[in-house]
Amino acid sequence: MRAPGGPEVAVGDVLLAVENVSLSFGGVKAVSDVSFDIRKGEIRAIIGPNGAGKTSMLNVINGFYHPQQGRITFKGEARTRMRPHEAASGGIARTFQNVALFRGMTALDNIMAGRTLKMHSNFFWQMLRYGPAMREEVEHRRHVEEIIDFLKIQEIRRVPVGRLPYGLQKRVELGRALAMEPELLLLDEPMAGMNLEEKEDMSRFVLDANDYYGTTIALIEHDMGVVMDLSDRVVVLDHGVKIADGTPAEVKGDQAVIDAYLGVAH
Amino acid sequence: MAPNAAAGADTFPKLLVRNAQIFGARPAMRHKDLGIWQTWTWAEVLDIVRGYAVGLHRLGLKRGETIAIVGANRPRLYWSVMAAQMLGAIPVPVYADAVADELAYVLAHADVRFAAVEDQEQVDKIQSVLQRVPKLQLMLYDEKRGLRDYDHSRLHSMDDVIEEGRKALASDPTVRTWLDGEIAAGKGSDPSIILYTSGTTGASKGVLLTGERSIKAASDTVAFDKLTEHDVSLAYLPLAWVGDHYLNYAQGLVSGFCTACPESSDTAMADLREIGPSFYFAPPRTLEVLLTRVTIRMEDAGFLKRKMFHYFIGVARKYGERILNGQHVPLGGRLLYWLGDLLVYGPLKNVLGLSRVRVAYTAGEAIGPDLFAFYRSIGLNLKQLYGQTEAFLYLTAQPDGEIYSDTVGRTFPNVDIRIAENGEVLFKSPGMFTGYFRDDAKTAEVMTPDGYVKTGDAGYFDEKTGHLKIIDRAKDVGRLNDGTLFPPKYIENKLKFYPNIREAVAYGDKRDFVAVMLNIDLTAVGSWAERNNVVYASYQELAGHPLVYDMLEKHVAEVNHALAQDKMTAGAQIKRFLILHKELDPDDGEITRTLKVRRGFIEDRYAPLIKALYDGSKEADISTQVTFEDGRKGVINARVKIRDMKTEPVAAAVGKAA
Repeated sequence: MRAPGGPEVAVGDVLLAVENVSLSFGGVKAVSDVSFDIRKGEIRAIIGPNGAGKTSMLNVINGFYHPQQGRITFKGEARTRMRPHEAASGGIARTFQNVALFRGMTALDNIMAGRTLKMHSNFFWQMLRYGPAMREEVEHRRHVEEIIDFLKIQEIRRVPVGRLPYGLQKRVELGRALAMEPELLLLDEPMAGMNLEEKEDMSRFVLDANDYYGTTIALIEHDMGVVMDLSDRVVVLDHGVKIADGTPAEVKGDQAVIDAYLGVAH
Repeated sequence: MAPNAAAGADTFPKLLVRNAQIFGARPAMRHKDLGIWQTWTWAEVLDIVRGYAVGLHRLGLKRGETIAIVGANRPRLYWSVMAAQMLGAIPVPVYADAVADELAYVLAHADVRFAAVEDQEQVDKIQSVLQRVPKLQLMLYDEKRGLRDYDHSRLHSMDDVIEEGRKALASDPTVRTWLDGEIAAGKGSDPSIILYTSGTTGASKGVLLTGERSIKAASDTVAFDKLTEHDVSLAYLPLAWVGDHYLNYAQGLVSGFCTACPESSDTAMADLREIGPSFYFAPPRTLEVLLTRVTIRMEDAGFLKRKMFHYFIGVARKYGERILNGQHVPLGGRLLYWLGDLLVYGPLKNVLGLSRVRVAYTAGEAIGPDLFAFYRSIGLNLKQLYGQTEAFLYLTAQPDGEIYSDTVGRTFPNVDIRIAENGEVLFKSPGMFTGYFRDDAKTAEVMTPDGYVKTGDAGYFDEKTGHLKIIDRAKDVGRLNDGTLFPPKYIENKLKFYPNIREAVAYGDKRDFVAVMLNIDLTAVGSWAERNNVVYASYQELAGHPLVYDMLEKHVAEVNHALAQDKMTAGAQIKRFLILHKELDPDDGEITRTLKVRRGFIEDRYAPLIKALYDGSKEADISTQVTFEDGRKGVINARVKIRDMKTEPVAAAVGKAA
């Protein structure tokens, strides 16, 4: 699905490294001793059967869960615990498996909300919506409008997202994440529940975001076709354990992966 | 100011120069970009187009060559047309939603070496058919998104080309003089544009128009409707269609009015409301869609609003048109209408973006009388016109105050219309085409020996009003086996006025009775299904639902009742009907890009259904191939039910005529 004749996205240094991370809830081990890295500019997929620990892994990365063991290095800075707001201000944005938007707010306002961390004028000016706050808002609005143009959602700008079909809500959510100008974008099942056409659209937006904004993307996805087409490298989890890591082609041929997906006779 | 100063300018580039002189600071074009309306004045447009022309010349575009224009209504695509014309090259606009196959045909037939396209989608589409268009050397694009990684040896950004040309113009006076010379060298008799007709029958034909004639035609209509540089129109109809080229491009340049381009095709409705155009054109289909949407929203509105809406629409039906036509209306009626305008019509027009419309036209196909009356009754000065690509649009139009739903108006000034013996309408007009591009045989076919052009439409002049009436395509008007007149369009239009029916195709010529195939309107019927707890999973399932059949049966019965009122049409009542399992689609060639039904093609394609309609079967199986927008094909299988209808006796001529 790469643009014809286009070069592969230049993949650079390690942006985020997960080292020997283990996470358990009481006696349940969600993730055990998993290590992998995400390099700058790549699209990295995390796949695995149901309950493999994919979403837990994502929650660990953006600091929502704190692993009992192991550490996470983001932009060269190692930490055992990351908090969500630190992750956000550090340049990690995400979307959710079940769309998490402000349903009563318009698409525009939802995406604008993604700019919150970039707003610097103080509460007083913002309340007056005057002077520096106004200038800042105009600047942010411009950025948001570019994203609206990028995602081709001009016609729903003023529509409360609760009234939008699911596929468009997902797109708005992607827009909100992009509005943060993240260095690392975590997508939790961006294509879940979509039809073929919506999936193709979404794939294009993910590729374009990677290409146009240079955003590094880590995504969880069930649709194998999508994963194989989109991602540069794939890590496979099963029962919280990493069972494979490599290019889509390598992973596809891996016996452990095949067993995990198709089951194996015991 | 009377803008008839088009005198002297016999090409569009010369007009552009004139406009920059006399309307320099007035807006020429608007486009909503990143949520904000951007405006370019005539002086700015001239500046950009001059730069563009120089840039194109440097890339090798020469006088007399063709250049394809593919995309939606965007300023840079209009400027591509202007810049090409400035160099004496001939722009060839192509429908943006044409599938690759159609696109390849036009590009190859028009022999284009250059193509100015909107975005990556169009670039991809053209690249996919490159082998069929061997002469194509260079593409220019407007929207750069997604194209960064493409091979740029044969691909240029319009902005870069314009910029380069402007730099050359600024730094080198000889370039300026050269360009002035190029503009002056353009002759009014040179081809100005090639418009490919949508082709109700067969492959599309390239209609060659000259600048001089185009400007003459547009000057007449600008004077007729008193358009000035203070008017505004919204360019939302396909760029490649004669309507857009005439109404927006030609009239805009002649009168100096401002053309606004919507943000995207999906936002046209909202943009219409923001721009509030004073000149508005909409094909009957668009008006129908608008009305359907209003009707649906009113069904969902609260009790009070619904009651109020229906009451005042009733008032409008009674008095609205008479007020608009300046006829006598009792004081009570005027007061009620005034109240209705305050409470319903005004807000409604505002929501539809029609508050400021001074002149509105509809054309393209016959409009249902009820639909027409609805818009006029709420105070929109909607008029009909009749024309053709070959005539550069106008042949007849309705003057203010002389509006009838079933006529297309008086012969336009300077137009000459004759009715042939077989009823076909023939014309000579100021904007008349010079021929079909590279198709002398076809040109000869439509010209009469004394220089008239055959329209292919059957019509006659109404004795009472002096207006032209178009019945149907000359070759479509048929007769049943018993000799009864069968006007298919007439019947179809009556059916299509029901919001639930999106499309109707009637058969009856050389057959025993009239039978129709219907398409449901997914928006209207879907909303009905939601309100009535009718569960469905797909278009196909909804279309075949017994309750939907019941509902449409009522509509057909009402149409039969209406047909029975007139002796001429009573014999053409519908005996059987079916609901098609798929929507008729231009991608499958079933309707044209301008949404006209291709009756013959559909007859072949759905042959098993037609057979079943006439052999008395209760249902029939059909398997049809469908083309998706990206060119892939699939097959849909369905079993379609057929309903029998009762016909009514001819209404006895008792009582007074209403």
